[in-house]
Amino acid sequence: MTHSHSHSHGHEEIGHVVPESTFLKVLIALLVLTVITVLAAQVDLGKWNIVGALVIASVKASLVIAIFMHGKYENKIIWTYILIPFILLAIMIGGVFTDDPFRAHPLPFGAQGQQAAPPAAPSGSAHH
Amino acid sequence: MSAVAHPIVDHNVPAGEPPHIHHMDPVTAYGAAKLGMWLFLATEILLFAVMFCSFAIMRYYHLAEFHDASKHLNLWAGGFNTIVLLISSFTAAVAVTKAQKGDNAGVVKNFAISLFCGLIFLCVKGYEYSEKAHHGMFPFVWNSDFYHYKNFLGLYFCMSGLHALHVIIGMAILYWYGIRPATKGRFSGKYYTPVELGALYWHLVDLIWIYLFPLLYLVG
Repeated sequence: MTHSHSHSHGHEEIGHVVPESTFLKVLIALLVLTVITVLAAQVDLGKWNIVGALVIASVKASLVIAIFMHGKYENKIIWTYILIPFILLAIMIGGVFTDDPFRAHPLPFGAQGQQAAPPAAPSGSAHH
Repeated sequence: MSAVAHPIVDHNVPAGEPPHIHHMDPVTAYGAAKLGMWLFLATEILLFAVMFCSFAIMRYYHLAEFHDASKHLNLWAGGFNTIVLLISSFTAAVAVTKAQKGDNAGVVKNFAISLFCGLIFLCVKGYEYSEKAHHGMFPFVWNSDFYHYKNFLGLYFCMSGLHALHVIIGMAILYWYGIRPATKGRFSGKYYTPVELGALYWHLVDLIWIYLFPLLYLVG
């Protein structure tokens, strides 16, 4: 991350200098991936549409973090900070999807019989 | 304690020197500032993560609604805004390299382009919102023809609205911590922390949009 050769005061560099041409290549890659995302969404692939869109978005996000945000040159502590929110998001989504779909839901406000009725409860039981 | 009156805004330091130079080793100060910024960005991602989680579960329950409602969004406007934000992120990244080379004019130029792109983004977003308002496509309008899209529209306005707020904050950061000091020649290879941290914030705004665009506009 830091350059060990910087002992003279005038040439001290405290972070990695990424050439502008690298940023330009990444920008072109990001624009190409954007076009691919839009084109892929025009084809009906069922549930694979969202999987493909999220995979391409994650490739783009990785490029932005690694190159634009200098993530490639950062140490393990910063990488811990980068990865923790994504891990927490995965835990949160995993937790919600393994819990909420298995609960009996009251009908949404204003809806009339759109959902399957919850299992018949004995009369007199408390409502939600 | 020392001759420095105020540790944050110290106008006595020469241009290109880090303001904390009397207190802390510049490399340590730079590393600490960057670590703090990444921790803040992690909390920002978590802020949006809650909304992405809501989006996932609501989409699971109302798949047909989300699929139909997302087709009512303006794909051209969203795609144009994606390109605008990617270009703005590129110029923000270039500004850091310029600052590292001591090119303060380059910082001003590249951050100004990012700021201008942010302005274009907000204008297009405003046009989209007014288009939605014109058709009554708001989540809580009872008598609207689009009331059955309330789940999608509620999340659309929350997510894109919070993102637009971040664009506005990002523009203020780019100006206040990047452009303004750069016009005074403050940055050099020895000190460019505010440029890098401002750029990091701007990249986060881009990062969030990279996920918002396909989820809201394309696959619903």
